[in-house]
Amino acid sequence: MATDRIEREIFIKASQNRVWAALTQPEHIARWFGDSAELDLRPGGKMVFGWTEYGSHHAVVERVEPPSFFSYRWGHGAEVVPAAGNSTLVEFTLTPADAGTVLRVVETGFASLNGSDVEKATAVRENTEGWASELGELQQYAEGQAA
Amino acid sequence: MTHEPAVDEVLAAMADPTRRALLEDLAAHGEATATALADGLPITRQAVVKHLAVLDRAGLVAGRRRGREVRYVARPEGVAATARWLAGLAAGWDRRLREIKRIAESRPGPADPRPGRAPGPGGPASR
Repeated sequence: MATDRIEREIFIKASQNRVWAALTQPEHIARWFGDSAELDLRPGGKMVFGWTEYGSHHAVVERVEPPSFFSYRWGHGAEVVPAAGNSTLVEFTLTPADAGTVLRVVETGFASLNGSDVEKATAVRENTEGWASELGELQQYAEGQAA
Repeated sequence: MTHEPAVDEVLAAMADPTRRALLEDLAAHGEATATALADGLPITRQAVVKHLAVLDRAGLVAGRRRGREVRYVARPEGVAATARWLAGLAAGWDRRLREIKRIAESRPGPADPRPGRAPGPGGPASR
């Protein structure tokens, strides 16, 4: 059994290029990941994203193969520089499919986090995901009203 | 939802390939002694015992004494808290993927060049 791995995917009715843009342009990243984002889109490039309330988070870009593959190593905890033992690897694969694109994300490396980093990762995600989910529901509610 | 202390111990215990192999062996065979487990692996019985102790502390195996030997069994319920933790993180990715989908499917989309683009005030409705 793999407790060290999260794998999810979604079908998006848009071209690979559009999905690539949503995934890698900082103004878009800030909508799906934190409140603000900076990204130097090349291997070794720095990625900084943040939640106003929880500080800046750092990642280092690993691979960039537009428009089909993008990966970064994500440090766990505010102001943590990603390194072995405090980071997980996030890999996105974009595959053309039936008038759209399948976007798959795989996050690995939880087992190499040490205990305090597990707590930090959990704390940040529980807080931020909680907000994200509430905002998502609010947005759906608003769209429902407008329709 | 609070973090369950077992999660980091379970993750650390599962980080080692030998311990994962031991767990798989136990899950497949029901119960086994350290000696029997060592037979299937390129390590000594003493090393197996040490790994089993780590798995035991994390709640992933339990040892039962039968006469002179200890038989070990896997405790699948030991990974329940960790599985829930990972399921929570996975749900976070589901939300992010849905947001990426919304962005990519919106019109004008992220990759659409805007004719005579003039960034700044007065641009297309930016949210």
